[in-house]
Amino acid sequence: MSPAKSTSATARSVTTAHSVVEPSSRSKRIAATLVIVYAVVTMIPLVWIFLTSIKSPPDSISYPPKILFTPSIEGYCNLFTTRTRQTPEYIASLPEPEGVCDAVTRERNMVIAGPSNFLPRFANSLIIAFGSTFLAVGLGTLAAYGFSRFKVPLADDLLFFILSTRMMPPIAVAIPIYLMYRQLGLSDTALGMMLLYTAVNVSLAVWLLKGFIDEIPREYEEAAMIDGYSRLQAFRKVVLPQATTGIAATAIFCLIFAWNEYAFASLLTSGSAQTAPPFIPTIIGEGGQDWPAVAAGTTIFLVPILVFTILLRKQLLRGITFGAVRK
Amino acid sequence: MADVVLKGVSKSFGKGGSKRAVDGIDLTIADGEFVVLLGPTGAGKTTTLRLIAGIETPDAGTISIGGRPMAGLAPASRDIAFVFQQYSLYPHLTVYENLAFPLRSPARRMNGATIDARVREVARMVRIDHKLENRSTRLSGGEMQRVAIGRALVRRPSIYLMDEPLSSLDAKLRGELRLELKRIQKDLGATLLYVTHDQIEAMTMADRIGILAEGRLVQIGTPREIYADPANLHVAARLGQPHINLLPVGLLPDVPTPPGTKTIGARTEHIALAREAAGNARVDWIEHLGDQNHLHIRLGEQKLVTLADPDMAVSPGDRISLSLKSPLYFGQDGQRLV
Ligand SMILES: Nc1ncnc2c1ncn2[C@@H]1O[C@H](COP(=O)(O)OP(=O)(O)OP(=O)(O)O)[C@@H](O)[C@H]1O
Ligand SMILES: [Mg+2]
Repeated sequence: MSPAKSTSATARSVTTAHSVVEPSSRSKRIAATLVIVYAVVTMIPLVWIFLTSIKSPPDSISYPPKILFTPSIEGYCNLFTTRTRQTPEYIASLPEPEGVCDAVTRERNMVIAGPSNFLPRFANSLIIAFGSTFLAVGLGTLAAYGFSRFKVPLADDLLFFILSTRMMPPIAVAIPIYLMYRQLGLSDTALGMMLLYTAVNVSLAVWLLKGFIDEIPREYEEAAMIDGYSRLQAFRKVVLPQATTGIAATAIFCLIFAWNEYAFASLLTSGSAQTAPPFIPTIIGEGGQDWPAVAAGTTIFLVPILVFTILLRKQLLRGITFGAVRK
Repeated sequence: MADVVLKGVSKSFGKGGSKRAVDGIDLTIADGEFVVLLGPTGAGKTTTLRLIAGIETPDAGTISIGGRPMAGLAPASRDIAFVFQQYSLYPHLTVYENLAFPLRSPARRMNGATIDARVREVARMVRIDHKLENRSTRLSGGEMQRVAIGRALVRRPSIYLMDEPLSSLDAKLRGELRLELKRIQKDLGATLLYVTHDQIEAMTMADRIGILAEGRLVQIGTPREIYADPANLHVAARLGQPHINLLPVGLLPDVPTPPGTKTIGARTEHIALAREAAGNARVDWIEHLGDQNHLHIRLGEQKLVTLADPDMAVSPGDRISLSLKSPLYFGQDGQRLV
């Protein structure tokens, strides 16, 4: 290496070591290690669930747990079907199996009797969670805008009151809501669950979004109103586009709550409006819990939230860096 | 274009209206006139503009534009263009979209081709046509302000309101845009109310200057009147570079003063200097600004600053004689005495 080159290299490493903005490579390595360790720790249960979903029922409950095993699709087959036991003679008399699940089931001396309830329950979850998220974020945005921009009488008290709905555990209000819903004919309906989750999430949405909207200077709307727009049009053209980050973040929080909610769902739904969380643990196989089917249900259950978060990831990240640069 | 009339307009902020931002302003801006509001920070300049624009509602008084009373009228229906002091551009839009935004408003409903032509014309006018597709957050402060001015100029409103539009530009660009803005205003015959801290902007662009202090319109008149004939100490102190020298009466015993004079105001043109070994004053130091020199003079305990010819042969420590030629006289209350 030429002397000139080596000096410039040292000079650069010296400046980075002392730079205030650029973290040193050592602290970067430490940060990376911490992030990776944390990620691994949080991923292990998910990985375990996924592995269980592709084990055969005997493998899933073997002790010590099997790390190496032959993957099986049985969990997924059992998740989507109901089966009845038959004599080997009867099974032998059947025509060739149609598809993998048919074959897998027959190996256990059973035949598929029909579809299970998983798909309708999953559909309920989708409708209720996305519907309530849409409502909560929509109402929350409007309310947050109102609180942020107008002189609302008793605004602070109202905001506290809104938040206080989240202060008690669901179980504390479950009985009154149950009685109320029975009276109104809302128990075990998708509409009832959607309204309930909206009510719970709206408080979160108002608080989160008020913070985001407070950050958007009023001057933009004032400018738009002078430029010939009404307040509502200014809200749509100027405030909403700038609040997308906040809206995306809020939507994810609301969706995760509504998607995972268990207590209300198990108390208020049992039949046609039951969501996936109370349904999945009730999947029973022969001789007890059908763990691969439960794990398969959980794995599929994770997918929508994963997709939604990945779709909104750009908005979320942009929001974080945007705020950091602008301030 | 139209005239604008403010009658007794007041606005207070805070609990129970404790903070008077604007206090009984009477102001008439003629059609096609360029009026500059000049005042220290917190004087109520921005508030005055916001009241005219309809973003704030006056506590008292009336505002009318083109003879139409504005009370209760939304900003959108007032036919006004506003250049804000801060946050001038929509951050989620490009430069082009920012310029087109007022034209695309539902209140105007212009067709795409007309909008495009207007946007490009104005972009050339404020010299931002090479950055039309840029995100507005990716501009320098000066470029942002040019776009903000452009966004006002794409329209032909009754009145343009501009709140320190040139404040974040460098001196050269500010000088250029000052001339440009004045030219555009003349060409369009636009009515323009312009707020600034900068006395050079005020002196060079204004048809009339209004001096604001603590929410009151202290004096309004042509730049010449405001400069030569200030109503009180405050107005006198606003204009002139270097600042007016305020001398206690009696510092120069032989100056005849009107009865009741407390303070004598002396600008450069009121001060005559001559080198004299037995002079009454002494040169403290000299600031060389290139084209001119600021002479810091000590007269007894009093310090004065005045302009001097660069080739005036004095150096720090020299004694000079200082006399006043028809200076300004102010009474106990700061009002001018004639
Ligand atoms: N929304 C508001 N709430 C409370 N006080 C306000 C508000 N707007 C203005 N004020 C007060 O009114 C006074 C005048 O403010 P204004 O913004 O008009 O000053 P300005 O002359 O534009 O000053 P600057 O040159 O610093 O921009 C200030 O004391 C300010 O604190
Ligand atoms: Mg201001």
